[in-house]
Amino acid sequence: MSTTTDHPVEQIGGATAKYVDQRLGSNKFLGRNLGKVFPDHWSFMLGEIALYSFIVVLLTGTFLTLFYNPSMVEVVYNGSYVPLKGVQMSEAYASSLDISFEVRGGLLIRQMHHWSALIFVAAMAVHMFRVFFTGAFRKPREFNWLVGVGLTALALGAGFTGYSLPDDLLSGTGLQIIRGILQSIPLIGTWAAFLVFGGEFPGTEIIPRLYAAHILLIPGIILALITVHLMMVWTQKHTQFPGPGRTNTNVVGYPLLPVYMAKAGGFFFIVFGIIALIGGLVTVNPIWLFGPYTPDQVSAGTQPDWYIGWLDGALRLMPNWESVIAGFTISWNVLIPSVVIPGILFTGLALYPFLEAWATGDKREHNLLERPRNAPVRTGIGVAAIVFYGILWIGGGNDVIAAAFNLSFNILSWTLRISLIILPPIAFLVTKRICLGLQRKDREKLLHGYESGRVLRLPHGEFIEVHQPLNYKELAVISAKEDLPVLPAPVKTDPDGVRNPSYRVDQLRHKLSSFFLRDNIERPTDAEIEAGQAHAAHSAGLEAPLHEYEELDQDPVGHGGVLHHPGMPMTNQEQVDQRQ
Amino acid sequence: MNEITPSSGGNNEPANEAHSHAPAQLGYSPVAEIPHRLRVTDTDPKAARRAERQVAAMFTLSMVFVILSVIAYVVIDKYAVLYIPVLGEVGASNVVLGLTFGLAVLLIGAGAIQWAKKLMPDVEVVQERHDMVSEKEDDNLAAANYERGKEESGFARYKMIRRSLIGAMALLPIPIIVVLRDLWITPPGENPTEILSTTMWTKGKRIISDGTYMPVRPEDLPVGGLVSALPEGILEVQEEEHNLNARGKAAIILVRMDPEQIRSQQGEGWDYNGILAYSKICTHVGCPIALYEQRTHHLLCPCHQSTFDLADSGAVIFGPAARNMPQLPISVDEEGYLIATQDFAVPVGPSFWERDKA
Repeated sequence: MSTTTDHPVEQIGGATAKYVDQRLGSNKFLGRNLGKVFPDHWSFMLGEIALYSFIVVLLTGTFLTLFYNPSMVEVVYNGSYVPLKGVQMSEAYASSLDISFEVRGGLLIRQMHHWSALIFVAAMAVHMFRVFFTGAFRKPREFNWLVGVGLTALALGAGFTGYSLPDDLLSGTGLQIIRGILQSIPLIGTWAAFLVFGGEFPGTEIIPRLYAAHILLIPGIILALITVHLMMVWTQKHTQFPGPGRTNTNVVGYPLLPVYMAKAGGFFFIVFGIIALIGGLVTVNPIWLFGPYTPDQVSAGTQPDWYIGWLDGALRLMPNWESVIAGFTISWNVLIPSVVIPGILFTGLALYPFLEAWATGDKREHNLLERPRNAPVRTGIGVAAIVFYGILWIGGGNDVIAAAFNLSFNILSWTLRISLIILPPIAFLVTKRICLGLQRKDREKLLHGYESGRVLRLPHGEFIEVHQPLNYKELAVISAKEDLPVLPAPVKTDPDGVRNPSYRVDQLRHKLSSFFLRDNIERPTDAEIEAGQAHAAHSAGLEAPLHEYEELDQDPVGHGGVLHHPGMPMTNQEQVDQRQ
Repeated sequence: MNEITPSSGGNNEPANEAHSHAPAQLGYSPVAEIPHRLRVTDTDPKAARRAERQVAAMFTLSMVFVILSVIAYVVIDKYAVLYIPVLGEVGASNVVLGLTFGLAVLLIGAGAIQWAKKLMPDVEVVQERHDMVSEKEDDNLAAANYERGKEESGFARYKMIRRSLIGAMALLPIPIIVVLRDLWITPPGENPTEILSTTMWTKGKRIISDGTYMPVRPEDLPVGGLVSALPEGILEVQEEEHNLNARGKAAIILVRMDPEQIRSQQGEGWDYNGILAYSKICTHVGCPIALYEQRTHHLLCPCHQSTFDLADSGAVIFGPAARNMPQLPISVDEEGYLIATQDFAVPVGPSFWERDKA
């Protein structure tokens, strides 16, 4: 790397770069990558928010470890928070109170930690929606989708273990529920619960153990996976939305240095700053109000952090099934909502890219994102999953909702139970139909241009609506649609009478592919699009000469309709001829 | 692919033709062939200088807020309370530190982004992508190296070595799992089923009220009333065991209702003159329950809303719990205090695999 300037700071920088390069060959990497192009879109910032809030979580969490004491030894509180003076509590809870009241800035850091954790999970979820609905998980990015699913699961674990650490009444109740869930696992559940808690619930082991998981194990794995996640993005280059000049084989955007670095780096400070402001202004998890944990007390209207709400909702909505088989108890009422449903959801998420690629037979590399409408079945499945999740989430607050809106709690629960089964399929169908409608509209636009809404009466009396050609941006976006054919139906036996050994699998694949693709509205060919746009341009052209006479039309003695002036074309054809 | 030239658009023609196809300079990627509109800061030097001042002002203000936050840290008393409309009474130190530090950080970000948006080039550039798949040459090289490794090690030939190595690797994780066994240092002769199936309650154990820890007499309980209660000696047990395990199992609630209204119980005569004792720990996943509606005798769990009818053996009438609330048989001793006449007949709290073997 050669520098042409002579500022002393740059000289030192240049010398350092040389020194490092001689040992690591780093300039090769810098030369190739400082100008690396990143595409721009607001939705690409969602993943950035997740990353930055995680950095804030790490920074604030490190500060908290300096003061927090993960011990369940009972002490008598003697801090400055008067209502709890003299109360017996664990050292974990007492030190959490001290962070909140005695350490200057402690409450700010604690609240920033909690808020950034909430934002971390939320940003991940929305980032995942973006990736799902735009098909960014398709080849070659399936591995990164898997890493993302793993990160999401770990984020839930990180959140829950952290939520439990203050050992207040609310968090202890959460652990009580975890104990119940562990015990519901067939065969090994009872022992699993005893091993996790180091004996009977609540014991004195769980807080130090959660602490180890929360500050070392889980964040360590998250950090490693984030590194892998970003390295894959780097190697594969970011996907981009379709647009003018953007193809499947290029990337259009801003170079890393300086624009992307300034924007992304600046955005880190914005996320950090906003979290600090929220941490200063908005109370989160006021543990001092809940009191220390004891297994025989609870407060009404208990709510977990938002990202656990759906699991709590599943526990609430599940019917009370339990069976005793050969003398052994299986608690379906706990096992299904808290183990089976999350298991299915996360497995489904992880497998989806592979299932879709198999079903559609799509083996192409995709660097251009797909508009959600152009994959109606995928979009439908995504919306159905969100509706399913959303109902469980509402279920997690059913007592609060029933109280707030003065509803019958039992009717609300039954409504949610039924909705959970019938609404997702309805959401799927409605979404799919909307997507197909939008596809039709797109096709219409490509073939006939925009309906301008302006009705024109031609000199010979004909009324037409002026169509306008699409602007270059929209044209590029809409015409980027790619169609896949439905996989052909397999034959059972070939002409020589030999049985097709993979008939059943091929048949299934044919059906799935048809499910995904058959309703697709075909994109017009390039020639058709060009003709359509030209026609629209022509229609817009018809209107133009009339504007030439607009000033004359201000004449108050007009005779209605379109005025005719000398030299103005009399017929459609005349007008066209004149234009040409 | 489907390249549609923008020229068919007519009225939305590219706004300027500034981008010639000059050969790319070292370190510069070719400019994308998309229309680009110049910003005010590109055409008006005054506007550019204004933007420069804005960015510098934000960075400077950030420094000011850093200093303010340090002052706030030192000056503001940590117990000082501030009244702010909407937020109410808040810790002054927390709010001021959050505001000053937050703004200090935020302004650096805002400045950087303003700089990028107003003063750095906003022309999009293009880079080509490369297929992820390796060149045929590398592919062959990898395959050849693999073959060589297989050959030289004899992995394919030495069947015995191969099989024993796979076996060794497969067994290796076992100690790592086994060593987790002592996550619970099991006291001799104890097992989870037994521990979960017994509580502190024994025949003759007095019932004391939670909070006052005084024994309860029947007349202390009005009809319709509910009292959270514990076995006598709970505090001593807690002191001795250094945990809350006994409390987590033995907690009960006492309710008194008109004896006429008791439709059924889990045992003959388990009440005492209309006073019923039930476990306080929900049979669903173990939340303590105390939301009692005296008119209907319904007990509602605040966690997952399982509802039990205490006048009818503690039966589940709604919600996810599958088991009745376990009832504790009670009576009074010669001094007139309420006592248990035996331990719970069934394990309290959430179900478990061996529950019905207990």
